[in-house]
Amino acid sequence: MAMPLAETIRRLQHRAERRLPALTRYRRPESLPIELHRRRIYIVPTGLGLAFGVLLLVMLAGALNYANNAALLLTCLLGAACAASMLVAFRSLDGLRLAAIQADHAIAGQPLVLHLHFDAGVRVRQAIRVHMDGQTQAFAIPSRGQLVLPLSMATTRRGWQALPRIQLWSSWPLGLFRAWSWLYPEQSALVWPCPETGGPPPQLAADDPLHHRLHHGEDLAALRDYRAGDPQRRIAWKASARHDSLLVKDFEQPEPRQEWRLDWRQMPSLNHEARIARLARWLGEAEAQGRPSSLWLPEEDIGHGSGPAHYARCMSALARLP
Amino acid sequence: MIRLRRTSRNEAPLDGRAFDLLCITTAVVLGLHASHLPLWLSAALAAVLGLRWWQRRRQPGRAPIYLKLPLVALLAATVIFHYGNIFGREPGSALAVGLLVLKLLETETPRDAKVAVGFACFTLMAALLSDQGMVATFIVGLGLVPALATLRALQPARVATSLPRELLPGLSLLAAAVPLSLLGFVLVPRLDSPLWGAPPSAQARTGLSDRMSPGDFVDLLTDDHPAMRVSFDQTLPAPDQRYFRAYVMTHYDGRRWTTMPTGQPPAPLEATESQSYRITLEPNGQQVLPALDVPLEAPPQARLGANREVIGGKPVQDPLTYSLRSALHYRFQPALDDATRRRSLLLPAGFNPRSLALAAQWRERYGDRDDAIVQAALSLFHDGGFNYTLAPAPLGRDAVDDFLFATHEGFCEHYSSAFTVLMRAAGVPARVVTGYQGGYWNKLGQYLLVRQSDAHAWSEVWLAGRGWVRVDPTAAVRPERVSLGAAAVAASQSGWQGLNWLQDLRNRWDVVNRWWSEGVIGFDALRQRGLLTPFGVRDTDTTTLSVLLTIGSVLFAALGLAWALWRRHDADPMRAAMQTLERKLARAGIARRSSEGPQHYLLRAARALPAQRAELDLLMRSYLDLRYAYAVPPPESVRGFTQAVRDFRPRHVVK
Repeated sequence: MAMPLAETIRRLQHRAERRLPALTRYRRPESLPIELHRRRIYIVPTGLGLAFGVLLLVMLAGALNYANNAALLLTCLLGAACAASMLVAFRSLDGLRLAAIQADHAIAGQPLVLHLHFDAGVRVRQAIRVHMDGQTQAFAIPSRGQLVLPLSMATTRRGWQALPRIQLWSSWPLGLFRAWSWLYPEQSALVWPCPETGGPPPQLAADDPLHHRLHHGEDLAALRDYRAGDPQRRIAWKASARHDSLLVKDFEQPEPRQEWRLDWRQMPSLNHEARIARLARWLGEAEAQGRPSSLWLPEEDIGHGSGPAHYARCMSALARLP
Repeated sequence: MIRLRRTSRNEAPLDGRAFDLLCITTAVVLGLHASHLPLWLSAALAAVLGLRWWQRRRQPGRAPIYLKLPLVALLAATVIFHYGNIFGREPGSALAVGLLVLKLLETETPRDAKVAVGFACFTLMAALLSDQGMVATFIVGLGLVPALATLRALQPARVATSLPRELLPGLSLLAAAVPLSLLGFVLVPRLDSPLWGAPPSAQARTGLSDRMSPGDFVDLLTDDHPAMRVSFDQTLPAPDQRYFRAYVMTHYDGRRWTTMPTGQPPAPLEATESQSYRITLEPNGQQVLPALDVPLEAPPQARLGANREVIGGKPVQDPLTYSLRSALHYRFQPALDDATRRRSLLLPAGFNPRSLALAAQWRERYGDRDDAIVQAALSLFHDGGFNYTLAPAPLGRDAVDDFLFATHEGFCEHYSSAFTVLMRAAGVPARVVTGYQGGYWNKLGQYLLVRQSDAHAWSEVWLAGRGWVRVDPTAAVRPERVSLGAAAVAASQSGWQGLNWLQDLRNRWDVVNRWWSEGVIGFDALRQRGLLTPFGVRDTDTTTLSVLLTIGSVLFAALGLAWALWRRHDADPMRAAMQTLERKLARAGIARRSSEGPQHYLLRAARALPAQRAELDLLMRSYLDLRYAYAVPPPESVRGFTQAVRDFRPRHVVK
């Protein structure tokens, strides 16, 4: 019983948003920064506010009936304080700025973390709540302060994903009124493709075992303990003088692991998304092994590289594929 | 909706600060009700509150149901046992306070706390049903502060502060609400008649009653609470004329004097001099309204009894103000009818033989000179070794005999009772009158403050040709009682002289109480109608009041909105100046894009306004200079830039 009702309400809400944009005031996407002002802050009483209203009416009726002026004065005072709290609720949102949204990287299917940068302006902000994608977080910022609030967003598929509408609301100070404003930032986050779970390694261009031998590099790699047979000229005399044992300059270095040339054209048998998933897995493996890689895509050719920046560049290129 | 409710059911537990504030709120409510709750009930509730607070600090958790239910049942049973029923102001507020304290036993979530706060506000109002005094109202108003602080503490993500600082915002919110609440108070239309029956309050202070036996007044004469306040239209009557009649008692059963309603029309009165005045009577639960001496006519809501006592329509439960006109020099009922004469001479058989013998002796000596008999009785009191005291020896069956011939001590009740019995025994029609005598003249407020301790009893005798004449036998014993008032007599007796200044201070302070009682508590439907009389509107009806209330509320709303929309200007003068410049340029059609830095923006502006290229270029360079060349820019340069921005007028290019 519960689910159909909730579903009905959600659908009604959805239809109202579509049919009556002027009434529901869900705004069009807009560019950051967004500063809240009087034209976009709305206020309604909360459930507690309505209950308090009934309580005030009962108190008013009682005071008038018993001709008790002191009680009437108290009722008026409480009522006026409640009304004033509405203005405070408005002021707690007015002037608040969403300066920027910074999106982390995420793989499709995993939550994407958004960092919302808020700017308090000249007022203290307390008990402001951010509602996005079914999750709510509360925060407070001192006046002239900034705050970065991480919020996660669910992702389903790779590619550009528009940010959802964000609701900022507050029932500060007494919880009797709820002031809210919708933020619809015109911004998208790039979601990386989900790598396949298993499959063959990439074909290497030249699988030559000779490439795996060690070679003498030019640069000093490390100092190590003397082993019998080490040439005398390699002994690091100065460093050895500070230690008990002899130290030897080690120029030997394993040759960097062979690079992977990942190519879109290597997998003609796979369909579009499966190729992307496989390339994503290979990129992930290359990154995990510290192996340099290059990536050739129909519209983009990324040269050799390694490290997180290279990985991110390749994954983003994959994500942007049509 | 469903989801919302489900989440609220298992919402986070209440945090400690909010619970502490809720406990403070409840303690304040309990404290405000303590004055009329039985002491043991207040103590028990305070103990429950303290235990609950201590328990939740150690380990949060609801009290189990097997503890809550018996406690609620016990509370209800206690209230019924003590008050007799569960309805009415007294038992109702006792029950409400008890339930509020018990509510805390199961307060674990914000939702519970919200319910408790709402209930606490209601219970605070109930505290005003028993005491509407100014100080009480003020304190109850302050009682809202912890309630508001509790609501505030229920909000998530607050800037942490100390407990006393949590209370401050609530206080300032209330202070900001005062003007609007005063507007509402003045303009909310009052009801002419109650919507439902108001249960009588048992709290009304006991005043005079319609019966009197010697010794009854002792509680009253030591009660310092105001009984009424009188303001006179003309001059203040002399102290020995300040007799306020309330009850006229004709019937005597040997021990006690009682009134005897006869249903006859008011006795005729020939007045030569009259005085008009206004009385504000404190609630006393009695129907009779005291009046100065003999009133000429009754106020609108009351009638005159046969002996010209003023009888109101219903017992006085709330402060009542009425205007009257009274005679100070008069002949009251010059012709006495037989029935009244008979009633005024009646004495129960078999009481006070020695007094009867003394009266018969006087009658023999003075013949038919009634006034000489009165004088004889007064000189007996004056010279017979009588003593004025509030703690007289007890009297036996023949009370008047015992008083006159044995104890020789007593206060006004004893003297008036004995005097009246003597007069009746001698054949002079006489009766006992109770009321108030004296009072404190408050110069600042120009009114006479009469306290319960000014209660007094005297006699009226009927003399041929003069009618009923007031005789105060107490004055024969203790003239200060009449000339200086009850307080002076009491002070001289109990050695309270040192505290006279305190008494005086209290009397002076009463002007504030009177203002409160008349201006605020007494602001009823009638006074509200006359609200606009100074502006030429004689009768302000409900419609006018509603319109005024609406207009006033709109005005306040506008004020509030102005405050809400007002934004403090940026404290950084450079940014403020830049914003001014942006506004000016935007009006000329060059609005700054959010992606534009100052340099790009001003360059674009210079291109768009070629006539002012040099000016804009200078502005741009000095802005960049001031912004980036210094850690702290020199103030005179900042001022120069601000001035340049102020002088800048974008000129539209004529195309």
